[in-house]
Amino acid sequence: MTGPRGNLGRAIELLRTMRRIRAFEEAALAGHRAGEIPGPLHVSIGQEGVAAGVCAALRRDDRITSNHRGHGHALAKGAQPAPMMRELHGRAGGYCGGKGGSMHIADFSVGMLGANGVVAGGIPIAVGAAQGLRLLGSDAIVACFFGDGAINRGPFLEGLNWAALWRLPVLFVCEDNAVAAFTPADSVTAGAGAVARAEAIGVPAASVDGNDALAVLDLAEMMVAAIRRGEGPRLLHARTFRLLGHTSTDPAAWRDAAEVEAARTREPIARLEAWLAGAGVEREALAAIAAEAEAEMAAARREALAAPWPTAEAAFADVQDIGAVAAPA
Amino acid sequence: MSTVTMIEALRRAAEQEMRRDPRVWVLGEDVARGGLFGQYRGFLEAFGAERVVSTPISESTIMGAGLGAALVGTRPIIEMRIFDFVMCAMDELVNQIAKVRYMFGGQGRASVVVRMPHGMWRNSAAQHSQMLEAWFAHLPGVIVAAPSTPADAAGLLVAAIRSDDPVLFFDPKDLFGETGEVAETVEPLPFGVARRVRSGDAATVVTWSAAAREVTRAADALAHEGIEADVLDLRSIWPWDEEAVVASAARTRRLLVVHEAVETGGFGAEVVARVVTRLGPGALRAVRRLGAPRVPIPFSPPLEMALRVTEEKIAAAIREVAAASA
Repeated sequence: MTGPRGNLGRAIELLRTMRRIRAFEEAALAGHRAGEIPGPLHVSIGQEGVAAGVCAALRRDDRITSNHRGHGHALAKGAQPAPMMRELHGRAGGYCGGKGGSMHIADFSVGMLGANGVVAGGIPIAVGAAQGLRLLGSDAIVACFFGDGAINRGPFLEGLNWAALWRLPVLFVCEDNAVAAFTPADSVTAGAGAVARAEAIGVPAASVDGNDALAVLDLAEMMVAAIRRGEGPRLLHARTFRLLGHTSTDPAAWRDAAEVEAARTREPIARLEAWLAGAGVEREALAAIAAEAEAEMAAARREALAAPWPTAEAAFADVQDIGAVAAPA
Repeated sequence: MSTVTMIEALRRAAEQEMRRDPRVWVLGEDVARGGLFGQYRGFLEAFGAERVVSTPISESTIMGAGLGAALVGTRPIIEMRIFDFVMCAMDELVNQIAKVRYMFGGQGRASVVVRMPHGMWRNSAAQHSQMLEAWFAHLPGVIVAAPSTPADAAGLLVAAIRSDDPVLFFDPKDLFGETGEVAETVEPLPFGVARRVRSGDAATVVTWSAAAREVTRAADALAHEGIEADVLDLRSIWPWDEEAVVASAARTRRLLVVHEAVETGGFGAEVVARVVTRLGPGALRAVRRLGAPRVPIPFSPPLEMALRVTEEKIAAAIREVAAASA
């Protein structure tokens, strides 16, 4: 058997990545409920298979751009939970020094060029990063994560056209979680969706069950290989399901309870665990992966709560070199 | 030194910087054909299609791709063709370029120049004539340059390309044909240092961009009548040369700010407010702003002319301010 299904070690790594994302976001939700994490918090619980599968196909020097629901993308690309958790808590030592928060996590050292608070905001940045990398003679590629809502914004059309024109090394990843904020995506999207739109522009595209992390990795590896061969951009459309509300304070009470319950039975972590168990991995080993992830994120949360707040002067740093205003004495 | 038009000065400056630094490149509509105004003439032949990129009419992505390319280490010149089109790229400019360094805690730099030819020019009507530079002085994270002479434009463009901060460079369309002495090798000019157009004690007159030409003409004419104004061309409105303006106003005790943009909420309001705050409410004998009325720019020549800040209007305003007694 070829691909990740023939490589138990890689499948276990996918599970570990998803477990770490899940545990990070559950810890963050608990912190938010406890009043320890301020501001809006958009979690991706139920969508971990997409981040894990795509990022497992990337090199460390490949870049990604992300969206407002980006904790999973960052962790899967190699960002560390402790500075992420400090950032969510608004503490010193966070990735952005407490100036970005959940919606603006970035770790340039692992190629994570930033989450984005504007839907489709990362698309033009991703194609430009790819163009810049080519100009610099790099063979790194850029993966661009966005949701189903983004395909109705202009930058989606512009960015796909742009990447196709110059055959730029971009993997567009449409993470279709079926809802655009509080509105079912299909009720506001005409036509056949992301794949059809990409193909109309000449960007080869394919759909995959985003809750099957192995399938996501399979498709991502094929697409990344083509992109790195110089064949131009690809669009990977991953169907998944946002199990919780738009933000941590949104109960999503409008959603059909039966639909959500049905979706729970298809969520990506239990699925991969079932597959691994079927492949002979002991249940105890799977439980240990979950326990390790939970312990890691609990420690990150405790550490974040103990971290100092940024000083007020930090609010005045990194605005601009020329024409910066001074912090009050 | 040679006498050249502003367009040639700008072309010379950008070409020099592209030769100096292989990370510099330009993207925008028609730039490989020399650009709308010829400001990139010959660049495609000199630097090739990878560094001189004629783009689709996709302003969001012109702006956003410039940012993405900066984040991986190149230094793009983002050409907006005409200032008014930046409205189609405001997310990428205001929410992204101006903020990436800050909100990511200093991890990334948006080292880009955004060139936006602005102002009234050949009766181009409401969507091709605006001057909204004051909006961007209000925006933390960016430098706002608005030169008025060929030498200043060239020197500030060199500084802009070398700047690690994002620079919004307002090319004054109506002055593209103006000529002046420009060095063969263009040295960068510092941002935030005003140019003293002429010295005098009758009144402090502050201006920038296209209005500076009319102010210069008016002040020169008044000098023949013995009214010697102290004229400062700010050249950049963020940062701006507050010290030079305050020092001049403290001396003349009369302040006039002239800009082509709408007077209401224009950057002139900021200049006046800072001077009054610094010198105290009783320090000046006269304070005035002169800008356009708060209406869109019409097409028909006499209608457009009715809104222009002309040499005559400026001369009248200088006389009025200079005549104010204690």
